[in-house]
Amino acid sequence: MIARLMTLLLALGLALPALPALAQTGPLRIVIDEGVIEPLPFAAPDFVAESAEAQQYAREISRVIAADLAGTGLFREISRDAFISQITSFDSPVQYADWKAINAQALVTGAVSVSGDRLVVKFRLFDVFSEAPLGDGLQFGGTTGAWRRVAHKVADQVYRRITGEGGYFDSRVVFVAETGPKDARQKRLAIMDYDGANMQYLTDAASIVLAPRFSPTGDRVLYTSYETGFPRIYLLDVASAGRRALEDQPGTMSFAPRFAPDGRTVVFSLTQGGNTDLFSLDLGSGARQRLTSSPSIETAPSFSPDGSQIVFESDRSGTQQLYIMPVGGGEARRISFGQGRYGTPVWSPRGDLIAFTKQHQGRFHIGVMRTDGSEERLLTASFLDEGPTWSPNGRVIMFSRETPGAAGSSALYSVDITGRNLRRVAVQGGASDPAWSPLLP
Amino acid sequence: MTPFTKFLLVACALGVTACTDPGQYGRGGPAAGADSFAAGSPEDPRSAAYFQQTIGDRVLFAVDESTLSDEARGTLLAQANWLMDNPEYSAIIEGHADEQGTREYNLALGARRAASVQEFLVSRGVSPARLRTVSYGKERPIEICSAEACYAKNRRAVTVITAGAGA
Repeated sequence: MIARLMTLLLALGLALPALPALAQTGPLRIVIDEGVIEPLPFAAPDFVAESAEAQQYAREISRVIAADLAGTGLFREISRDAFISQITSFDSPVQYADWKAINAQALVTGAVSVSGDRLVVKFRLFDVFSEAPLGDGLQFGGTTGAWRRVAHKVADQVYRRITGEGGYFDSRVVFVAETGPKDARQKRLAIMDYDGANMQYLTDAASIVLAPRFSPTGDRVLYTSYETGFPRIYLLDVASAGRRALEDQPGTMSFAPRFAPDGRTVVFSLTQGGNTDLFSLDLGSGARQRLTSSPSIETAPSFSPDGSQIVFESDRSGTQQLYIMPVGGGEARRISFGQGRYGTPVWSPRGDLIAFTKQHQGRFHIGVMRTDGSEERLLTASFLDEGPTWSPNGRVIMFSRETPGAAGSSALYSVDITGRNLRRVAVQGGASDPAWSPLLP
Repeated sequence: MTPFTKFLLVACALGVTACTDPGQYGRGGPAAGADSFAAGSPEDPRSAAYFQQTIGDRVLFAVDESTLSDEARGTLLAQANWLMDNPEYSAIIEGHADEQGTREYNLALGARRAASVQEFLVSRGVSPARLRTVSYGKERPIEICSAEACYAKNRRAVTVITAGAGA
């Protein structure tokens, strides 16, 4: 099992010494063939309900955990029809032979108890082939209404223990929900769990809204709205849906707002007299500082995770390209040099990569490059892909994909930074401009 | 800093101005698009409808450009003359882009187009106080096919006439 789990780590692209030898000596192999991983098979029997009220939750929680893991493309759930043993008690010894026989390499067991509106979930993860638990048993509590979050937290633990990386399941996505035809599209700010569950609207359809972004703690959202008839940046409190305009200078437009990692500063684009530059705004004092000063378009800023630099797009060279400058402004260095146009750069939470939208020969791509512009990789291609956002662990990118033509509509997709596992996110209706939250506390 | 205002469900609670111009786009209602009706009769040369339909309320741009073509300058000259003859009106110039571009870049591009029109009108004598600009980027195409025939009409700046002499 150790060998097999380590092989998965290798497939994830982590630098671990001495792995090739291990990967070759394992009795079962996860073959990395032309970039395709053999997903790790796991079993997730229904959690044990410790009371009658817990029955429904027990079943649903194990389903959400399995869906989270399988959705990564790194794991494959073994059908419960194949199970030889059943888990009827959380504390009974695991019959490893029964799970080995169906080739389950990992086994997730758990129990759920409910008391009033409180729910407690215990779980254990087993490495079947080495016949041992993988990490300690853990317990999470919450309200029954938050049962999906509890399930995501369990799945995050499983993912972390097997891959060695942080999870991303207990997270949310703020986005623009869309209805109606292209020439009269209605747009509302909405928020949902990362997997599309628990969607709620944050604004009504009265005004066009664009490109929301979470605060570093996930409790506030920056976005652009045409509420006054002109694009202006707003700050919205997620819990209360209360909001305020951050900029209201007549004769200007403001858009593309993003938080600094400290949560106190916002950078955004301000258009005056047809020219768009980047500014920063101190949310506490209201002090505004100009960051760029050029007759070209400067927009789509994104902070490095350490808060020291900003990546943005500019057409100062004649076409849209990506640049990095110090956080206070000053000399910018161009990092994109491939063919085509580059926009919407977003710094990864790990700090090592920048995701972007690329337009080339009439197609749109989501791609990633290193912060010096090297090792550019395109992950997708379509009529119109745009607006990447990073999962909290920097492993997955979500973006918008619009289909062509009069009946065209927009949907959210996710893809691994390896380019594998392209999936449509389950959202009812049209959706665009996703922004992924940090992992919830 | 003002405190968070309570979220307003009533679209028009922000004031009459926000409900009218350029509300037909900003509000995102089904009437949005270029073919919203201007007030008055197109036969009346002092009406907004005449401006829209006879003078011509829009100019088109090449891909990723905001420079005015000769044809556009001809249209804008007529717009400027009409605005000079009808000082009781002001205008909002709306800049638009086609869908072949990222959202925020297209907002900035639409702003450039609107500003090109504004500068031209001002250079022909229209008071800047009567002209406001706004960009819709790619949010409000008038043609919805995904082909150059539609894109060409969507890369536009539209001069929307409103009652009142401006600020």
